[in-house]
Amino acid sequence: MAILGETTVLLGKELRTEFRSRELLMTTVVFILVIVVLFSFTFDPSASESRRFGPGLLWLSFLFAASLMLQPCFLREQTNDTLSALRLSVRDPFSIFLAKLSANTLFLLLTEVLMLPVFAVLYNVHILAVFLQLVLVLFLGSLGVAIPGTAFSAISSQARMRELMLPLLLLPLLTPVLIASTEATGALLDANPVLRADWLGFLAGFDVVFLTALWLFGEYLLEE
Amino acid sequence: MTARPFTPTGIRFANIEKRYGSLYALRRVSLEIRPGEFVAFAGRNGSGKTTLLRIAARLVRASSGSLSFEGQSGEMTDSVSRTGFVAHSTMAYDELTAEENLLLFARLQGIADPRARAAALLKEVGLSERRNSLVRTFSRGMRQRVAIARALLNEPSVLLLDEPATGLDPEGITWLAHTLRRMRDPGRTILMSVHGESEISALATRAVRLDAGSVVADTRAGSDMHAILTFASA
Repeated sequence: MAILGETTVLLGKELRTEFRSRELLMTTVVFILVIVVLFSFTFDPSASESRRFGPGLLWLSFLFAASLMLQPCFLREQTNDTLSALRLSVRDPFSIFLAKLSANTLFLLLTEVLMLPVFAVLYNVHILAVFLQLVLVLFLGSLGVAIPGTAFSAISSQARMRELMLPLLLLPLLTPVLIASTEATGALLDANPVLRADWLGFLAGFDVVFLTALWLFGEYLLEE
Repeated sequence: MTARPFTPTGIRFANIEKRYGSLYALRRVSLEIRPGEFVAFAGRNGSGKTTLLRIAARLVRASSGSLSFEGQSGEMTDSVSRTGFVAHSTMAYDELTAEENLLLFARLQGIADPRARAAALLKEVGLSERRNSLVRTFSRGMRQRVAIARALLNEPSVLLLDEPATGLDPEGITWLAHTLRRMRDPGRTILMSVHGESEISALATRAVRLDAGSVVADTRAGSDMHAILTFASA
């Protein structure tokens, strides 16, 4: 139970500092908006083209935006050495990861949900009927991005060339998440929408495997 | 402020080494710190003072050697949870207020009444009136007071201070000396890195000089302590 209490306290801190500075959310929303709008103007896709290419474009923009959002996750703990203060205070260091990945998932999901209507208008796709199913896919996909992303953010924050290190480590690893999320989203945006349980199961499996790995080895990532 | 009971704690460093690649930060450091001792670590920049304190705080893992915490009768104690640490940096969140910072760490440390404890410490460090101000609006000295308040949250039995007077004005240094005396007198063990002699280093009961990661002088005698500490400032 201690880990849940610590995670709740730390998640509260993550949300409070972000909603006070609004650095991550603003950057991510603007970044995704720019990509989605630029692609729309460049290709001017028809409805059928949008259904074919839209999901891939959407998830690629989410992925690049996530690599931007995850970068400062541990980096800003180094400014005043607050990570050391956290390590000295928590009983279970996994709670630090749990709070950060929960906050990252929440921020990503919020950004994605905000971007969905913009995407629907610009790409002429109907999302209202499948909105809840889309949110489920977005949630599992975002969790799949946030779990390894948070871990690699901890690694890259201690490395040289850290700005380059995170996307280099993260993006190849997230290829399975990109494929599964794109396929699941594409199936929902189809003329005959369907919720693909196989891709959802794959995303859930990916999340469980990486969460377990983080639980087992996360403590070593926090060491100096 | 009501003091919580604590176990007087000694610290034993046995052949501690810390290497970063081929670079030695510490070389076979062996020290026995008695319960209640106030040790000032002196030495030039890069001599290993900070690394030794961070190993004692268990923030850094030693490459070899062992570290143990012992009660007065020699039994092992769970001192990690009752260790206060003040580092070079403030270890406080700029986007939180002084009170929010203390509440955060008090809750994480499982302190019974975090709000009362935070309020008492803010009063003690002279920041009651600025408790609702964001830390990023504070001067360096005020941030250092927040850092010291955070380190004192759990009434630690071992206090580790890495140049705690950094950024404090003369009035702040006098306040810090008073606070440390109050912490030392009941028998807390204090390890502190210093640069030269000051009102604060004068509280030490033992001085250890480090050079290139090795202990080169160690004394409890007043006159020798002066020599060790002034060498550090030379």
